[in-house]
Amino acid sequence: MKQAEFLNVVMPFKDKLYRLAKRLLVSKEEAEDATQEILLKLWSKNESMGEYKNVEAFAMTMTKNFCLDRLKSKQASNLKLVHSNYQDENTSLQNQLEAEDSVRWMERIMEELPEQQKMVLQLRDVEQYEFEEICELMDMKPTAVRVTLSRARKAVRQELIKKHSYGIG
Amino acid sequence: MELDNIEKLLEKYFEATSTVAEEQTLQAYFSQEKVATHLEQYRPMFNYFSSAKEERYTKQVPLKPRRNYYKWLSVAAVVVLTFGIYYEYQQQREAERVYQQTKEAFALLAENFGKGTEKVAYLQEFEVAKQKIYNND
Repeated sequence: MKQAEFLNVVMPFKDKLYRLAKRLLVSKEEAEDATQEILLKLWSKNESMGEYKNVEAFAMTMTKNFCLDRLKSKQASNLKLVHSNYQDENTSLQNQLEAEDSVRWMERIMEELPEQQKMVLQLRDVEQYEFEEICELMDMKPTAVRVTLSRARKAVRQELIKKHSYGIG
Repeated sequence: MELDNIEKLLEKYFEATSTVAEEQTLQAYFSQEKVATHLEQYRPMFNYFSSAKEERYTKQVPLKPRRNYYKWLSVAAVVVLTFGIYYEYQQQREAERVYQQTKEAFALLAENFGKGTEKVAYLQEFEVAKQKIYNND
C-alpha cells in the first residue's frame, strides 16, 4: 500500500482515534502522542491491512488497548495524572468558576466516570457508533453494552441535576 | 406534541434503548435556542457531545522516513558483517602463511646449528691431547 492510499484509508477516522485517546488520557499532548503511535503502528502493518475487514474498528480497538496500557503503567509507576492533581488541590474554587462553563463542567463529569463507561459513552454519544460496532470494539456482549451505557448516561444526569439545583439554590 | 416526543425519547435514551437516529433528534432539539425549562438541565450534556465531535487531530505523522531507515539499516548491517568476516578470514590466512615461513626459517637454522656442534666436537680432541702433555710433565 502506498502512502497516499494509506492516508485515504486512515483520514476518515483519525480524529475518532484522537478523541477516544483524549477521553481516556485527558491530556492533549498524551492523546496526540498516542494517536501518532497508533497511526505509525498501522502504517508498519500496512502490508497486511487488506486482511482486516474493518480497519477503523481495528484501529479503534488498538487505541483503546494502547491507552488502557498507558493508564495502567502510569498507575503502576505511581505517577498521578496532571488533571487529577489540580482537581485535588482546589476543588471548591474550581467548582464555582467552572459552573459558568458547561462544556468544561461536562468534561469534568466525564473524567469522573469509570473507564468502561467513559469509552462506551464516547463511542455512542460522540462518535455515534451502532451497538454491534461497540460490542466488537469493546469486546462486550450487547446487553453489557446497554447496561454500561445506561449507567453512564444516568451518572451524567445525576451530576447535572446536582449542579442544576446548586445553580438555582 | 413535539415536547411529548422528546420526553419519551429522553426516557429511552437513559435506558439506552434509543437508536442512533433518535439520539440525533435529541441532539438537534437541544441545540435549539429555546428548550422547555424542565429539560434545560439536559442541555449541557447534548451540547457537549455535539461539540466534542468537532475536535480534530491536527498533528502531522512522519510516515516515510522511519520505515526506510529500518530497511536500509539492515542492508548496511549485512554489508558490514560480510566484509568483517571476509577480512577476518584473510587475516587468518596471512597469519598462517607467516607462521609457516617462520617455521621453515627456524628449521634451516636448527640444521645449520647441528652442523656447527658436530665441528665443535673436534675441539674435545685438543683438550685430551693437552691433558696428556701436562700429565707427562
